[in-house]
Amino acid sequence: MGNITLKKVNKSFGETQVIPAIDLTIEDGEFVVFVGPSGCGKSTLLRLIAGLEDTTSGTIEIDGRDVTGEAPAKRGLAMVFQSYALYPHMTVRNNIAFPLKMAKLDAALIDKKVTDAARVLNLTSYLDRRPGQLSGGQRQRVAIGRAIVREPSAFLFDEPLSNLDASLRGTMRLEISELHQQLKTTMVYVTHDQVEAMTMADKIVVLNAGNIEQVGSPLELYNKPDNLFVAGFIGSPRMNFATGAVSAPFNAHTIGFRPEHTRLSGESGSWKGTVGVAEHLGSDTFLHVHVDGIGMVTVRTSGDVAVHHGDTVFLTPDADRIHRFDAKGLAIR
Amino acid sequence: MATQNTRALARLMLAPSVGLLLIWMIVPLAMTLYFSFQNYNLLNPTNVSFAGLFNYQYFYSDPAFFQSIWNTMLLVGGVLLITVVGGVALALLIDQPMWGQGIVRILVISPFFVMPPVAALVWKNMIMHPGYGVFADISRFLGLQPIDWFSQWPLFSIVIIVAWQWLPFATLILLTALQSLDGEQKEAAEMDGANFLNRFIYLTVPHLARSITVVILIQTIFLLGVYAEILVTTNGGPGYASTNLPFLIYRTALLGYDVGGASAGGIIAVILANIVAFFLMRAVGKNLDK
Amino acid sequence: MARAVSTRRTVFFTVAAWIVALIIFFPILYTIITSFKSETEAIQGFNIIPSGTFQSYIDVQTQKDYFKPFMNSVFLSVGSTFLALLISVPAAWSMAFSPTKRTKDILMWMLSTKMMPAVAVLMPIYLIFRDFGLLDSRIGLMFMLMMINLPIVIWMLYTYFREIPGEILEAARMDGASMWGEIWYVLTPMAVPGIASTMLLNIILAWNEAFWTLRLTTTDAAPLTAFIASFSSPQGLFWAKLSAASTLAIAPILIMGWFSQKQLVRGLTFGAVK
Ligand SMILES: Nc1ncnc2c1ncn2[C@@H]1O[C@H](COP(=O)(O)OP(=O)(O)OP(=O)(O)O)[C@@H](O)[C@H]1O
Ligand SMILES: [Mg+2]
Repeated sequence: MGNITLKKVNKSFGETQVIPAIDLTIEDGEFVVFVGPSGCGKSTLLRLIAGLEDTTSGTIEIDGRDVTGEAPAKRGLAMVFQSYALYPHMTVRNNIAFPLKMAKLDAALIDKKVTDAARVLNLTSYLDRRPGQLSGGQRQRVAIGRAIVREPSAFLFDEPLSNLDASLRGTMRLEISELHQQLKTTMVYVTHDQVEAMTMADKIVVLNAGNIEQVGSPLELYNKPDNLFVAGFIGSPRMNFATGAVSAPFNAHTIGFRPEHTRLSGESGSWKGTVGVAEHLGSDTFLHVHVDGIGMVTVRTSGDVAVHHGDTVFLTPDADRIHRFDAKGLAIR
Repeated sequence: MATQNTRALARLMLAPSVGLLLIWMIVPLAMTLYFSFQNYNLLNPTNVSFAGLFNYQYFYSDPAFFQSIWNTMLLVGGVLLITVVGGVALALLIDQPMWGQGIVRILVISPFFVMPPVAALVWKNMIMHPGYGVFADISRFLGLQPIDWFSQWPLFSIVIIVAWQWLPFATLILLTALQSLDGEQKEAAEMDGANFLNRFIYLTVPHLARSITVVILIQTIFLLGVYAEILVTTNGGPGYASTNLPFLIYRTALLGYDVGGASAGGIIAVILANIVAFFLMRAVGKNLDK
Repeated sequence: MARAVSTRRTVFFTVAAWIVALIIFFPILYTIITSFKSETEAIQGFNIIPSGTFQSYIDVQTQKDYFKPFMNSVFLSVGSTFLALLISVPAAWSMAFSPTKRTKDILMWMLSTKMMPAVAVLMPIYLIFRDFGLLDSRIGLMFMLMMINLPIVIWMLYTYFREIPGEILEAARMDGASMWGEIWYVLTPMAVPGIASTMLLNIILAWNEAFWTLRLTTTDAAPLTAFIASFSSPQGLFWAKLSAASTLAIAPILIMGWFSQKQLVRGLTFGAVK
């Protein structure tokens, strides 16, 4: 089991409040991603759940049990750190075995569990090496192995992939998702990479300056952002925004339209603009078009479109895909 | 890390060191300050009385006092000059590609590990001795009159010995700093067309500046207290020619048995050291922040 | 970085550096050489090939009883170092892992106690030692040496401990290690190299300390510094014996010093240069 409930949890470091009172429920077996810009309090929130930081006020419950004052190890959670936090003086085998040794399991059982975990994570041939002799991806797997063997009620990940290069990040992302499918254990995952959030999460929690901006499935956030912040944060390339004379006809203070929901034409359309930079990715082309009254608009078109710097083009947003926001930045529905 | 009892424990673990150092700092210093206002001679220990500023006046009016201050400054300044200039040069040299770099390093830093009495005696007898020393041998080989170092150049001789002991320290620290100079930065400067001299002026010197400051400050702290080298070689003489402030205080204290006078001198030494300490602390403190 | 360096340049720097290094090392080398000469040989002018006699070493031991000051030096340097570590490890630890707002001030203040000139407190210390019967006692001097080096020891340990990433401790805590488990299984193995280097440097500093060891001892507690200084009295020229005694006094520490070059920098600059 792995229900985690936060009730009015608030955290201040001295005078500065990092997390204002927030409520959050994480269901058993869910893959929840905390996402938000740097310094918004993602790590702090995760560490509060882990018990590595004391809450200033509020309660944290795991499976209905109040664990607010409990020591980290007693909460039955496992954490994977950004720097992996492997014990440099221990072999891979001893690193993975460490939590079991601390739990005073008998040696034969420890050995079996470590062997099993190593097999699952493809670490069998590295068991007698030290962390210093492993690649970044292997270290990450050791850190995950150390978490798995404890059979925790939930896994906590703090930006586990941010030290890896792009291709390895892709592989590890899949591996972690697969692991979740296999174990069906609750996972709480912190990242500032919205691609990771979109691809892995059952539920995304978007944080901004300690506040929860929106909670929902990836597609909910993509299709129905509650506010400007979420609209701008989720989706890549970023949503285009327009205000003033452009948004007035839509009865909104601000309108937003995604690059992939904007039609491009050589002859006619709602807005006329000049092509600045065209980024040809092969599969798609991102055009950065300068439109008077809006500014730079990003448009996503097919890979073979023949448009170049300086061309004049016409843009039309998909009418049913326009997001409207009021003066406070909240979505109008 | 943030739980209550860890914090209490942390304080408990810190307490012995803080307590000891606090006592260590306050008690002797307070006693020195107190004695410095007393007439107190160990030859006549029952006759202790309040002296006002007499001890300071006495110390101040002693011609040896000014000479010892001057000698202290010459000693510190001379050694600093030799070690910093020599240290930069040596560090640059050792940093070059060569065979046996490790051994060269070991040879160069060795004098630092020689205890002061040994260093002083070896120099006094085997190197600088006017009759049998190596310097005298060299002079005779060149057809010159050997120099009687400790009578003709007493203070300078001591400067040489102390500089020999501290040159390794400066070299080692500057070499460490030099080696931490980013290789890519050097290469970038080379790509930008900077020649050796330019690289030295615009890259190496600014990079070394902080380490040089640290070397100067730390050496100053130690050099202000040079004692054994003088005791073993010239014993402060001839006259007061090689007496520095610590040695004068030692003379007053344990040879003259004058507790009051020595204490007044001690307070003066504290003031001098504090001026240096102030700057050193700022240099080190800056480093703590990052 | 890897780049072919011309051989001629390398030869030039090799020769230059070796000449300079040998000049600097010469007084030590010559002392070692002289220690293997006879007394008459020693004053017969410059000569770097000794006859190879061990007589001086035997004389130093039999006439001057070298063994006692040597043991005193060992006792004082090792003893004061262990004492200092005993007090410093917890202190440095707590400042590195549970820093508070005042940690920096405390560290700076500790450093400032090191700035106090020894002569300034010569009189009170001498009187205190006299009154407590500690003059010429090894225990008193050991305590003295510990106090002198305590700030350096704390600082060095602090800079080492601070390099142990906090996340590792948190990981251990998540893994269910108790406080003692954390200290025993995780921290100690990671801290041992730093503690060892600190110990090494401190032994060197204590071994070579030459103010208090000269002033607070006469015979019983006198370590090698005082023993060697006693040769300065002009009782004639016994250079071979002096050299033998000097070689014995510096050899152990010289070798230790060679192994602690890196730590030396860190320790003596209070972490300001690494
Ligand atoms: N121990 C601390 N003392 C004081 N302020 C802290 C402490 N830890 C974090 N903060 C502050 O809390 C805020 C949130 O920090 P947190 O580490 O949770 O951000 P984050 O969302 O994880 O950022 P990142 O993506 O960069 O890791 C930051 O402004 C940070 O400066
Ligand atoms: Mg973070």
